[in-house]
Amino acid sequence: MDRHLEKSDLATSIAAIVSELKHLEGPLLPILHAVQQTFGHVPDDAVPMIATGLNLSRAEVHGVVTFYHDYRSHPAGRHVLKLCRAEACQAMGGDRLGEQARARLGIDFHETTADGAVTLEPVFCLGLCSTAPAAMLDGAVHGRLDASALDSLLAEVAA
Amino acid sequence: MLLVPETDFGTPASRAETLVTLTIDGREITVPEGTSIMRASMEAGIQVPKLCATDMVDAFGSCRLCLIEIEGRNGTPASCTTPVAPGLIVHTQTTRLKDIRKGVMELYISDHPLDCLTCAANGDCELQDMAGAVGLRDVRYGYEGDNHVKARDSDGLNARWMPKDESNPYFTYDPSKCIVCSRCVRACEEVQGTFALTIEGRGFDSRVSPGQHEDFLSSECVSCGACVQACPTATLTEKSVISIGQPEHSVVTTCAYCGVGCSFKAEMRGEELVRMVPWKDGQANRGHSCVKGRFAYGYSTHKERILNPMIREKVTDPWREVSWDEALAHTAAEFRRIQYQYGRESIGGITSSRCTNEETYLVQKLIRAGFGNNNVDTCARVCHSPTGYGLGQAFGTSAGTQNFDSVENTDVVIVIGANPTDGHPVFGSRLKKRLRQGAKLIVIDPRRIDLVRTPHVEAAYHLPLRPGTNVAVVTALAHVIVTEGLCDEAFIRTRCDWSEFEDWAGFVAEERHSPEATEALTGVPAEALRGAARLFATGGNGSIYYGLGVTEHSQGSTTVMAIANLAMATGNIGRPGVGVNPLRGQNNVQGSCDMGSFPHELPGYRHVSDDATRDIFEKLWGVTLSDEPGLRIPNMLDAAVDGSFKGLYIQGEDILQSDPDTKHVAAGLAAMECVVVQDLFLNETANYAHVFLPGSTFLEKDGTFTNAERRINRVRRVMTPRNGYADWEVTQNLARAMGLGWDYTHPSEIMDEIAATTPSFAKVSYAYLDEKGSVQWPCNEQAPEGSPIMHIDGFVRGKGKFIRTEYVATDEKTGPRFPLLLTTGRILSQYNVGAQTRRTENVIWHEEDRLEIHPHDAELRGVRDGDWVRLASRSGDTTLRALITDRVATGVVYTTFHHPTTQANVITTDFSDWATNCPEYKVTAVQISPSNGPSEWQTEYEDQARQSRRIAAKLEAAE
Repeated sequence: MDRHLEKSDLATSIAAIVSELKHLEGPLLPILHAVQQTFGHVPDDAVPMIATGLNLSRAEVHGVVTFYHDYRSHPAGRHVLKLCRAEACQAMGGDRLGEQARARLGIDFHETTADGAVTLEPVFCLGLCSTAPAAMLDGAVHGRLDASALDSLLAEVAA
Repeated sequence: MLLVPETDFGTPASRAETLVTLTIDGREITVPEGTSIMRASMEAGIQVPKLCATDMVDAFGSCRLCLIEIEGRNGTPASCTTPVAPGLIVHTQTTRLKDIRKGVMELYISDHPLDCLTCAANGDCELQDMAGAVGLRDVRYGYEGDNHVKARDSDGLNARWMPKDESNPYFTYDPSKCIVCSRCVRACEEVQGTFALTIEGRGFDSRVSPGQHEDFLSSECVSCGACVQACPTATLTEKSVISIGQPEHSVVTTCAYCGVGCSFKAEMRGEELVRMVPWKDGQANRGHSCVKGRFAYGYSTHKERILNPMIREKVTDPWREVSWDEALAHTAAEFRRIQYQYGRESIGGITSSRCTNEETYLVQKLIRAGFGNNNVDTCARVCHSPTGYGLGQAFGTSAGTQNFDSVENTDVVIVIGANPTDGHPVFGSRLKKRLRQGAKLIVIDPRRIDLVRTPHVEAAYHLPLRPGTNVAVVTALAHVIVTEGLCDEAFIRTRCDWSEFEDWAGFVAEERHSPEATEALTGVPAEALRGAARLFATGGNGSIYYGLGVTEHSQGSTTVMAIANLAMATGNIGRPGVGVNPLRGQNNVQGSCDMGSFPHELPGYRHVSDDATRDIFEKLWGVTLSDEPGLRIPNMLDAAVDGSFKGLYIQGEDILQSDPDTKHVAAGLAAMECVVVQDLFLNETANYAHVFLPGSTFLEKDGTFTNAERRINRVRRVMTPRNGYADWEVTQNLARAMGLGWDYTHPSEIMDEIAATTPSFAKVSYAYLDEKGSVQWPCNEQAPEGSPIMHIDGFVRGKGKFIRTEYVATDEKTGPRFPLLLTTGRILSQYNVGAQTRRTENVIWHEEDRLEIHPHDAELRGVRDGDWVRLASRSGDTTLRALITDRVATGVVYTTFHHPTTQANVITTDFSDWATNCPEYKVTAVQISPSNGPSEWQTEYEDQARQSRRIAAKLEAAE
């Protein structure tokens, strides 16, 4: 993702997204999704533009953006690994997997590796309790993880 | 004395008419349908514990403290979100409820500092009260672990902790004390309508955030104080409470800023004002306030306030402090000398729209009975005199037709030449609330004011007319309504003079008044104008709100009459939700007009030539009154320049700064031999004064103000006048020095005299006002409760009068030398000439006047944002800094006049309204050029002002 996004380019893109989606009932979430899809995150500068487009206040949009963990304020790494930290997965050894991932990548949760390859995130329940412990890599879910399965996932993303 | 009690019912009142009876804790109670169980309980005197509920905002149901049990229903619903139903049996206090509440409180307190003894909210903290109410004795969770309370924890810095935000000059935000009840966020949204606050994050991360995680000052916050009032803890606290402590008594009084006339509780500690809190029972403001009334009272103790009388021989001399006796004797002697030398008509006075009715009444009485002439005028001359004239002609009364509550019933609103969110902020908030409920808005204004588009409010039509074309636009609206058959014929036939209507309808129907014909002139697209006219005529209850953008024109009176025509033609008079509503500028401008401040009118708008009226006052005052109208302010100044007018008593008005064509005003004042200024500060006019009589603030006197809805509100003294006397006493003492035997001991006696002489005030007395809270005139035998809405069954004058409104272009025209049109306005944080607000922390929001200019016009002239520009008209020139914005159209520039250094009125011309002489502030042809500093006039003026404000050192007692 281009970190030096020009404000005028951003404005043009946001305006296009807003005008395409504003007719929906409850258009803010779909717009935020589209923005994140386009830019990989919801830039701070986009918030006032979306607010103006929907005639909301900046604060209101900020409140919604920050309520949902999936909306990012900064771009993620090339891959995003989400490890489930909820009860069932914890009971099945999820904590150990978390430590393994943090050690192998050399980062904590919510961080991105220095080379920009991976972002590690906790997630609270992927709905895969029956196949715990579970993870999601770039949108694809993986169940019944163990140390070696996680290692191969990590190897895949580090490449 | 004690604090004025106010009950918080927890949720807003229901307006339903159907009643419901239920039983709460064994007591039977009957309330309107839709009332919450919490409110019903409180009405029965049963206080259900609560934290997130307060009756200024809708129920939210988040704190889980107000739970109740209802027989036959499962669970423990929240009493704030559960409406009453017939026959319910409710229990507010059971073992189960007690346990739940205690548990909830325990959780709150486990993340809240325990510094109650040193906390600013100590004694006024709902969290503390609730801990007491639920019997919290222990917090089992301890205070370790994740928290928002401690700056540091065992691992070092606590990332969850946030420092106090002290950016707002009047209140602080301490996140460590926040319980995330959302009351502030909801108050900002529902009461104020700014939407500056939100809750960011979720769960334990939730925090109150102004804007996008900013401090309050950088956000959209307008500092109205609604959030501070709503906060149940010390999280949002007035800095004055932090520094002084909790108040011990309070007195209900009326704000002295704009014409909304908000009721406040002045919360006191001894004679020290701790804070001003809007009073929920105030019928104009309904518990809301703006940054000026709520916070900007610091001027009353500002170091520049003058507390001793002063005199001087010549205006070039320094001032000399003297005793009250000497100052008044000197003034009386000078006025008598001038009258002896130059004739009875050679002196006059100006009443103040900032002072009380009683004070205004006394000043005009002094002039009529003491000076023996009618040379009295008031600042309404320069603002709403066309309203008085125009509405008097059309309806028979010189005032607005509605109360402010009326806005809650309106369906379509026209706002023309007014900027309520800046000029009348509390009304602006009430209007926005109605608009968010679905009412439609039409804005007629050359500038894109905030109401045109602001979160959750969007005007259906904005007609950006060229300044000076109001009459053409309003007449074109009437053209569409008449020619498309949208008039309310039944209303017109019963309520108005039909033949006058027919004449008027024929006039407006002429093709030359059509939107298409006037488009080139007004700049308003014909299609938009047609749409707006149709919406207003067919959209339900239609109301019109207007301000100085209507009156301050050479055709101000004509526009007022055109507005009245529009309201009558659509049947929008005489019931809630409709009407013609002038938004009056000053706290008591309505009152000063009512009190006979005009040179042709005795109190109650009765002409001085009317023998019967003069007879009433002549008998009471024991004098013979002149039956000739006296001089208006501009005539006084003209006569002064001509040498026939020599002395002026000015109470509380700064004509040098507020009146048009500053140079002419200065010349007039300079030509007089005795100018007496009574004010709080050495204002600009005082630069030309020979006597300065220190004035008192609204906090230091008793009296009444009459707001824009004709509401007579009590002003109550909360502290001793620092200058020694209330303004009414000063005028009385001056009258006595001039030989008049006045003997008022209290303003209530003055009001009794007003009631005895003025039919529309017949039933008004201080005792009656104390009983009713306030009343709206007329208040007499026919309308003992006052008159919230006028002309209900018929117009005061009989039949409503339609008047032809021919558009005549102003003589102030653009041309090659002056190609742009300047119009003027106000900003939220500053008030009028700024004498008061500039002496408060409000300057943080507006430290100078800026010139708004469209990017296109700026580029043509090589002006960049923030550049100094020279603004020149046929009258003069000044300099100020440019603000480039597309709020103004090309060809139009805009500025405010809050700062004397700007000298915006050096630019304005002496053109004025044809009927009332109200100056044409809103249209001046100008040119802009880059500049590198103050103009010659500004420099000269600064020097003169500095020279003139010198006060000689006090003489030693021995000398």
